[in-house]
Amino acid sequence: MHCKYLIIGNSVGGVAASEAIREIDKVGKIVMVSEEPHRVYSRALIPYFIAGRIDLEKMYYRDANFYEKNDILPFLGKKVIKIDFKDRKAEMEDGCKIGYKKLLLATGAAPFIPQMKGLDKERPKDGFFTFSSLDDAMKIKKKIESGIAERAAVLGGGLTGLMAAEALAENGIEVTVVELAGSLLPGVLDETASHLVEEHLEEKSLKISTGRRIVEVVGEESVETAVLDDGTILPCDLLIIGAGVRPRVELARDTGVRVNRGIVVDRRMRTSVNDVYACGDCAEDYDFLQGDFRLLPIWPTAYAGGRVAGFNMCGVEREYRWGTNMNSMHFFGLRIIVAGSITENGDDEVFKKICGDGNYRRIALKDDRVVGMILMNEIEGAGVLLNLMRAGINVKSFKEELLSNDFGLISLPEKLRQEIMT
Amino acid sequence: MRRIRCREEVCIGCRLCEVWCQVEHSKSKEIINAFLRETAFPRVRVEERGPISISLQCRHCEEPNCVHACISGALYRDLETCVVKHDASKCVGCWSCVLACPYDAIIRDDAHNRVLKCDLCEGREEPICVEKCPNDALIVEAYDAL
Ligand SMILES: Cc1cc2nc3c(=O)[nH]c(=O)nc-3n(C[C@H](O)[C@H](O)[C@H](O)COP(=O)(O)OP(=O)(O)OC[C@H]3O[C@@H](n4cnc5c(N)ncnc54)[C@H](O)[C@@H]3O)c2cc1C
Repeated sequence: MHCKYLIIGNSVGGVAASEAIREIDKVGKIVMVSEEPHRVYSRALIPYFIAGRIDLEKMYYRDANFYEKNDILPFLGKKVIKIDFKDRKAEMEDGCKIGYKKLLLATGAAPFIPQMKGLDKERPKDGFFTFSSLDDAMKIKKKIESGIAERAAVLGGGLTGLMAAEALAENGIEVTVVELAGSLLPGVLDETASHLVEEHLEEKSLKISTGRRIVEVVGEESVETAVLDDGTILPCDLLIIGAGVRPRVELARDTGVRVNRGIVVDRRMRTSVNDVYACGDCAEDYDFLQGDFRLLPIWPTAYAGGRVAGFNMCGVEREYRWGTNMNSMHFFGLRIIVAGSITENGDDEVFKKICGDGNYRRIALKDDRVVGMILMNEIEGAGVLLNLMRAGINVKSFKEELLSNDFGLISLPEKLRQEIMT
Repeated sequence: MRRIRCREEVCIGCRLCEVWCQVEHSKSKEIINAFLRETAFPRVRVEERGPISISLQCRHCEEPNCVHACISGALYRDLETCVVKHDASKCVGCWSCVLACPYDAIIRDDAHNRVLKCDLCEGREEPICVEKCPNDALIVEAYDAL
């Protein structure tokens, strides 16, 4: 079979690309392949689904007629095992081959599973789950609904781990979070914010164990206990792994496609091989703050990168411009928004303010430009701040305003505000 | 393509735009009910600092950052009308769009875990806030594609 555009990966990056292509090219044949058997869904909604806040139908990111409407031929539940970049052919597990003119690798990332005694990654015990696919979610849900899950251990106190922990706790499950680093959300929050989150979670009856690893999982057929490196034994019916992700670069490795930690692309999302593009969690995106490329495994960069790739694949030049570390999260009602650089950096000027009710603001400046922010609870104005970051605006004349809880467009000097609004 | 613009030099911060937006987006479309018997919310927000005030609503961007950031698919851009729309039934309240929007135009509805935004008053000739603005501070402007 032949097509003009072959997209591997049926998630946000691939969808964004196909939608961009259809804005330009209404007829060129698009084929989308995904290892997962489901129509496009949002993996970022897994915590909402597990918590019971949304039903399965709401997990789907686009309507059921998405493929039809955009004239896309989907191959779902099919894995691409090899690509011949010279002959421009992708080979699937069942031997079927698809030729292409333009190729997009939107293969995403896979959950990282640390080694531990008693774990057979190919055949994990019942109750042992990652937290990254709809299949994971449905299995976890089934386990919860069976009523036999009373206690859970969550490996990882990062974003995924804490979202998993909250979702399980909302089902009345007793949850212990085990985090290797000395504090929660390492690399995501600063120490102050991390402590505020920890206090908040403990108030909600989560158990937190930082500076610890799970070294062994015990149980015959099913998970029974998790053993920590200090010998602590955690009885659990569920062991959920939320320890970060690794880009899926296997199709590009040892081919002509340059791979660093992720697939290397330029600002038009082109890889080192002609007519081959990459986007999303499998690629290294352009970070405007660092002026360099790096892994940014988040939703907005996957969408924006996919869209840029799609335009370029049909000959419309677009550049990826706006990516950097950014995230919006919430744990038991505590809202947190972060963007840019978070960690203490010698040459940054840091403004911080804590004022009860979990309100915390931290703005980092470098040469009078915003380079990082953490907003807790009061998150209005976050977008205005991010925009100041993106545009590299000098904020010297209104620095004090940055910490005010009702910071917004109105806080900016009139001239600047008007520039932004036009 | 159309969007609403606030001429801040004549905005007096009367907040009638908020009031009428709330009425227009209520079930009854009737002012007393909208304020006393329903939980309707406005999709426009007036920000004030001393003598300055400005009415803020969605700019219906051609490349909307909010749509790119939306993890549920609730936000989308209607390619025919060029209006950035929000399907509230799909919204989960992740607040990603609050971070993405440079214009403070996304309004959080904490009670329902969702956001609200200007829809340019679908079905009306002229958006209600523009029609009711006593000072003509709010105007509809046409803008060209990139
Ligand atoms: C629980 C959870 C919560 C999250 N919450 C947020 C959030 O709140 N905000 C945020 O910004 N981000 C969040 N993320 C991250 C976000 O979901 C990802 O950044 C995003 O999904 C990346 O999209 P993608 O298109 O690059 O790849 P993916 O979504 O990873 O999809 C890649 C697809 O490609 C398929 N594939 C890979 N290799 C092959 C192959 N060889 N053949 C066929 N198919 C293949 C995979 O099976 C998969 O379906 C969350 C992630 C998780 C797991």
